[in-house]
Amino acid sequence: MSTLGLQKSKPGAERMFSASRVILLVLLIIAIVLPPFLSPYYLYLLTTIMMTALLAASLNFVLGYGGLLQLHHAVFFGVGAYTVALVLTKTSWPFWTAVIAAPIVAGFFALLIGWFCVRLRGLYFGMLTLALGQLVWAVVYKWRSLTGGDDGIHAIPVPDYLASPTSVYYVNLAVLVISLIILYVIVKSPFGLTLVATRDNPVRSQSVGVNIRRHQLAAFVLAGFFAGVSGVLFVLIEQSVSPSLLYWSKSAEILIMCLLGGMAVFMGPTLGAAVLVILSMVVGTYIDYWLLVLGLVLLLLVLFLPQGVLGFLQEKLSGRKTGEGGERDAAS
Amino acid sequence: MNSAALASQLLIGLSRGMLYFVVAAGLTLVFGVLRVINFAHGSLYMLGAFFSFTFATVLAQGQAGFWLALLLAPLAVALISLLIERGLLRFIYQREHLMQMLLTYSLVLIFGDLVKLIWGSQYQSLSLPGILSGSFTLGGVAIPWYNLFLLVMGPLVALGLWLFLDRTRLGKICRATATDREMVDILGVNSTWVFAAVFALGGWLAGLGGALMAPVVNISLGMDANIIIYAFLIVVVGGLGNIWGALISSLIIGVGEAMGALFMPDWAIVLPYVITGILLILRPSGLLKSVW
Repeated sequence: MSTLGLQKSKPGAERMFSASRVILLVLLIIAIVLPPFLSPYYLYLLTTIMMTALLAASLNFVLGYGGLLQLHHAVFFGVGAYTVALVLTKTSWPFWTAVIAAPIVAGFFALLIGWFCVRLRGLYFGMLTLALGQLVWAVVYKWRSLTGGDDGIHAIPVPDYLASPTSVYYVNLAVLVISLIILYVIVKSPFGLTLVATRDNPVRSQSVGVNIRRHQLAAFVLAGFFAGVSGVLFVLIEQSVSPSLLYWSKSAEILIMCLLGGMAVFMGPTLGAAVLVILSMVVGTYIDYWLLVLGLVLLLLVLFLPQGVLGFLQEKLSGRKTGEGGERDAAS
Repeated sequence: MNSAALASQLLIGLSRGMLYFVVAAGLTLVFGVLRVINFAHGSLYMLGAFFSFTFATVLAQGQAGFWLALLLAPLAVALISLLIERGLLRFIYQREHLMQMLLTYSLVLIFGDLVKLIWGSQYQSLSLPGILSGSFTLGGVAIPWYNLFLLVMGPLVALGLWLFLDRTRLGKICRATATDREMVDILGVNSTWVFAAVFALGGWLAGLGGALMAPVVNISLGMDANIIIYAFLIVVVGGLGNIWGALISSLIIGVGEAMGALFMPDWAIVLPYVITGILLILRPSGLLKSVW
């Protein structure tokens, strides 16, 4: 990994109109005007992509920028989704309390799990996230009276104004754009840069007085929070939850998305999520052995394209001109 | 709650723990020497169980089938492991942990679907040979003979591993590699084949675990995902790469699970995670010293 995000920024005007920003703006405009021309199926596909993209981007915040081996990110996604589901089915509180509570509860779980994990390094960190995450899964799976056990919770009542696919689409789009902007600002903030520094050179960071654990824990909680937001979106789309949302293979899926798009590029996980969701829906409907395809794709990625699709493109486009590092995360 | 029930449950827990140990020992060995987290270890275990089903039903009918399968299935899995190591893993030893992990995860997906393709998605089952079926009575509680068999097999595997690691040249190189790989390279040891051998041995252990488990569970898709998490927990709790730590933590988790089944059956599956969580919070780097 190179010194991502630590280059001096280029003059304002030039950055504002850099090609990648124009592309993103065009994509956003297309996304806004598109829905009337789409069939419900494609609308659903795009909505799912946006929800998943937020989840992947939140993981990449700890994984790519924080350098923390978060192996069980899906837990916070699931906790967020379950919080919405439980508030809406078990209490008579208004809808907005559920929406606000979910990311906060997810963030609280992240604080709890992260509190123990940040004391460890590398693989141990990863293994503990996995163990504690599976603990949460096991509790959700078994606590039948509260969570419905392996049946999950279905027919979650959402307000009427969120019932149509088009409105859910726009909510997802707005939440995704706002969340990505917030995450990007955090990545570029002094906090984000310090986080990257703790990843690239922990010893040096510590010796200049950075409290590494506190930074890592904060990143962990933030990522958990945004995973919780994605969990809210999931409930809006599916109106049901099940324990598989918190199972470790779900986390592995999100990891693959980050890898596929490129972890060193801000928009990488978003692209990865889009590709993977499309692949799973399209390929999955035609053949029974979708996981075999996914496995082969992953295998080839690891062997031949470890920097991900966007990372690869960026290297090709800017690598030679700007020398080492270049503008590695300019595509944002 | 009488003491006989407790004793028999303890025995069942210990035998289950021994089974976990056989699988986890392979994982921790690979961990320690190759420093690769092998997600596919659970898949190798599943392959062991399916191979053992096929060998036992196709090759020989009746009594001999089980024993033949117990011999051949782990070897077949070891062979596959060797191919994986030579064909794929050796290209990514220099990469980050995450990449290595994702590579082995891709194998989980591939093997999962291959097993579905070959054996179908229905349950398979394998019956025990006459000598191991049935049970004996201890203080009024029936204990299956097979559990006793597992209680013998576990220590045998542990003993074999100890002899291998402590008494053979290859074993010494393994331990040295786990402790300080650079030094081993500098001393001129060809670590290439050490890696291959260790990975094959790890696969053999996973296959053996699968073959031993085959007669007592439904042989099915999804058995890989369940065991791999348990094996991870055991390996981490025991101390990464430490085989004796894995033995202790396997027994703790096996017994804990059995006791959970006795005292609070609804929450039995939560217990291993709770135990792991508590142990890791008390001793973040594992019960015994990690090898690296």
